[in-house]
Amino acid sequence: MSDLWVHPSLILMAGAVLLPAIPERLRKGWLLLVPLVVFARIAAMAQGTFGEIHFLQFTLTFGRVDALSKVFGYIMALMCLLGSLYGLQVRRVGEHIVAWSYVAGSLGAIFAADLLTLFLFWEMMAFSSVFLIWFRGRRQSPGAGYRYLLVHVAGGVSLLAGSILHYHATGSLAFVAFDVRNPALPDYLILAGFLLNAAVPPLHAWLPDAYGEATFNGSVFLCAFTTKTAVYALCRGFAGMGILIPLGVIMALYGVVYAVLENDCRRLLAYHIISQVGYMVAAVGLGTQLAINGAVAHAFAHILYKGLLFMGTGSVLHMTGKSKFTELGGLYRKMPWTFAFTLVGGLSISAFPLFSGFVSKSMIIQAGFEDHKLWMGFLLLLASSGTFLHTGLKVPYFIWFGKNHCSPETWERAAEPPWNMVAAMAVTSALCIFIGCYTPYLYRMLPYTPVEFHPYTSYHVFETLEILLFTALGFFLLIKKLEPEATISLDLDWFYRMGGRAFRWLARRPVQATDTAVGEIYRAGGLVPLMKSAGDVRVFDNRVIDGAVDGLACAVSRSAGQLRRIQRGPLQENLTIVFAVAVVLLLAYLLLL
Amino acid sequence: MRLLRLIEFLRRHLKTVVRIAIGLLCLLAALDAIPGIVDKRHAHTAAERFPAFWCAFGFLGCVLIVLVSKAFGHAGIMTREDYYDE
Repeated sequence: MSDLWVHPSLILMAGAVLLPAIPERLRKGWLLLVPLVVFARIAAMAQGTFGEIHFLQFTLTFGRVDALSKVFGYIMALMCLLGSLYGLQVRRVGEHIVAWSYVAGSLGAIFAADLLTLFLFWEMMAFSSVFLIWFRGRRQSPGAGYRYLLVHVAGGVSLLAGSILHYHATGSLAFVAFDVRNPALPDYLILAGFLLNAAVPPLHAWLPDAYGEATFNGSVFLCAFTTKTAVYALCRGFAGMGILIPLGVIMALYGVVYAVLENDCRRLLAYHIISQVGYMVAAVGLGTQLAINGAVAHAFAHILYKGLLFMGTGSVLHMTGKSKFTELGGLYRKMPWTFAFTLVGGLSISAFPLFSGFVSKSMIIQAGFEDHKLWMGFLLLLASSGTFLHTGLKVPYFIWFGKNHCSPETWERAAEPPWNMVAAMAVTSALCIFIGCYTPYLYRMLPYTPVEFHPYTSYHVFETLEILLFTALGFFLLIKKLEPEATISLDLDWFYRMGGRAFRWLARRPVQATDTAVGEIYRAGGLVPLMKSAGDVRVFDNRVIDGAVDGLACAVSRSAGQLRRIQRGPLQENLTIVFAVAVVLLLAYLLLL
Repeated sequence: MRLLRLIEFLRRHLKTVVRIAIGLLCLLAALDAIPGIVDKRHAHTAAERFPAFWCAFGFLGCVLIVLVSKAFGHAGIMTREDYYDE
């Protein structure tokens, strides 16, 4: 049976490999068909364990399908379809290939049941997604890509080291729940790998650095897969690990604080990914059934609304070439529908009633209160106020309303994006509202069913509306303070960016100076004496060696001349001399004996 | 472009829109005090039983976030755009 099991990543990779061979007029169809087939494959997947391969002494399992992996696979495939629709007009085939490889990596990691397979797909994600940054082709893109890769390779090494030590300690590579009560070094190393991909501070700075720099549709893919695959891995391996609760709450607030300062709308959204993933990480830390359901539901809803928000701001970037608030403003006249769709994303992330975030985020907060973690509940509610402040208000207001900072060229270029981008945003918006209005669609897919949670109680609706609408009041009263400023904000990437610079300085100054000094010492202390000794050797060679050799040669020549004179020619004389000498030698020999 | 017309209509009548919005905020705070509408038995803590508790929470939370973040940003975190350029 396992032989017949077709891995969804395999379909996607085959689609990606064949893509360059597809004639251009059929390409758009292919770009939709392949993700559609992958989505159908996952939706129709039966639960069980498939695709086992024996390799050396290991058993690699590519297909563990259970409720948890299936719901993550489902939403990843759906997002791949929406992202492909959004990027349909991108002519560079390579961009589609790397995006699909990236999704294939994510799906592979989600369905992997052992740590080795997980690592394999984990790295595949990092190495394919980096191209989505490089394809932007700006002066700063290569640097951002290399930083992204550097950080992810470090995380991957930690994951691999943890996996090897785990195998050494337990004799098993199975990717199941780790011992969260008594974690050992291997568990911490694996956890660090997961936390890095989930962008948990202090391992988070790669995210805004990379997602703000990727291509307009690259960020739509990036925002969904890396962090949420990490959330899946945390749900699977570290549910109930207490340290994740404070880490998650810190994340939720950290992203909010930086979002206030941010001038680039896509970097602002990137900081809000950190904030939203914070809810999920905190829920994983709680580890109760309601909390895990909440983490999964929130990841599901988040992928859609964050994708939608990146689609909206990506459309602005694609059409105007700008993403900074200080270069935009007043665009509602040119892009009203993009505004409307982005607003749906903003209301969904802010957990407005009838939008998707409302039915998922509240589950996590409820789980916190039920577990008597009041501080967690209140701080996460504070973070939701911040979320609405930025994503629901600041982003739409300063791009589509506010003061018009557009240059004449920007204003001239601004228009609604191509039909496929509008269609992708419309479908994603519809899904965000559908999930918010019809809860069984999402709740039925969650790992622990039936879900005993009802978000639409009068208390909860009022609580949310009061927080959000009075946040809006605060926003409009403080709008002067929130005016965008043309700055960047220093984050913890400062350490490795400046660290890299320090390393270069080190290489340029002290190392190069030492090298020069050593060269000088070698020249003065080595080369000059060497030349001198070579000169002496030459003189010695000329005078002594050559003199000796020449002298010897002269002596031989002289004795040869004398010999020649002795040897006058007659044979008898010569023979007599030879015999005489031989007799003398023989006698001397005998006498000596 | 009906959507554009709607937006422009709302912008033309901004004062009315603001008045309606303020009216809605007051209504929301008032409704919160009526036990028949908002069942405070679902409250997690005693503090939430105060009328319009979450209104104050939302407003003060927003002000706190903006002020603290801006103070943090202006303490040296926000810097010129070409900071990392060489």
